Amino acid sequence: MKNNPYIYIAIMSAVTLAIRILPLTLIRKQIKNRFIRSFLYYVPYITLSVMTFPAIIHTTKSPWVGSAALVLGIIGAWFKAGLFPVAILCCITVFILEFFI
Amino acid sequence: MSRITDKIKLFFRFLFIRERIFCEGIRDGIPIGLGYFAVAFSLGFTAREAGLNAFQGFLASLLNNASAGEYAGFTVIRENAPYWQMAVMILIANARYLLMSCALSQRFSSSTPWYHRVFIGYDVTDELFGITIARKGDVEPKYFYGAMLCAVPGWSIGTLLGVIAGNILPDRIVSAFGVALFGMFIAIIIPPARENKIIRLAVICSFISSYAASILPYVSKLSEGTRIMILTVVLSVLAAIFFPVDEKENADEK
Repeated sequence: MKNNPYIYIAIMSAVTLAIRILPLTLIRKQIKNRFIRSFLYYVPYITLSVMTFPAIIHTTKSPWVGSAALVLGIIGAWFKAGLFPVAILCCITVFILEFFI
Repeated sequence: MSRITDKIKLFFRFLFIRERIFCEGIRDGIPIGLGYFAVAFSLGFTAREAGLNAFQGFLASLLNNASAGEYAGFTVIRENAPYWQMAVMILIANARYLLMSCALSQRFSSSTPWYHRVFIGYDVTDELFGITIARKGDVEPKYFYGAMLCAVPGWSIGTLLGVIAGNILPDRIVSAFGVALFGMFIAIIIPPARENKIIRLAVICSFISSYAASILPYVSKLSEGTRIMILTVVLSVLAAIFFPVDEKENADEK
């Protein structure tokens, strides 16, 4: 049976809001624990990496097209092309390459 | 054309005199709102693939204001995973906002009433956190609200239109747009990975272990959402143990 999308949205929103609002209203001191600070420091990079690969090669019709978008995206980002140009670069790569397969 | 821009300029000059701080928030919020619109637009494609309609996508974005968090959440919805998994997933994907909110809480004057804290907390995103923390002195709620006025509609309406566009546009374009969000993730992780070799190592290890987890026996049977959750926690714990962040280094990041 399909779960109710509104319950999903309610849960995700409740957790997100709690994460952001509770520290602002309750915690008035800075987190001192070095381990927790380090953990929270690394989480965004790692979670974004894990979500990007290999998912990017499965969204396109052929994994090679997705791989090409990934590689070109990394090259673009390496040379500081910015959020939007990198995204467009990936889109155009897929759009062009999918003509050939 | 120039007459229109002149009128807009005049209008803003008038507003600036009456509500200066609020308008500074709007000014700094406009580019953020436009950027959000583009990101949210491609997020709308993900929402649509998860089976959400335009209103549901809009609602999710209006209440969450989080790119990685919402993407992770939509993965959970697409897989029809149990509800508890959604809670854990969001907790992990949005864990960094906990850090940001803690940092931001240090910058409130003690006289700031609770409702300002709640409304500001609602939209603590990477970008709004960035522009707010960059200002001198205590956090000014009016400045934040000005920026929110641009950021919130940009994000939620972007998602709404993204879902609709996904239904209308031809398959080929939808397929190409599908990688836009990943492109933005890449653009977020790669520049710091270039500067900092530990982040670079973390990104490479994440790619390898995430790929391995998707093909290895047993592990690959888990849903994509579960794998993301487990890998994020395990790798971040390892990174925190082996490469703890110094106070100074962390301060530089902000």
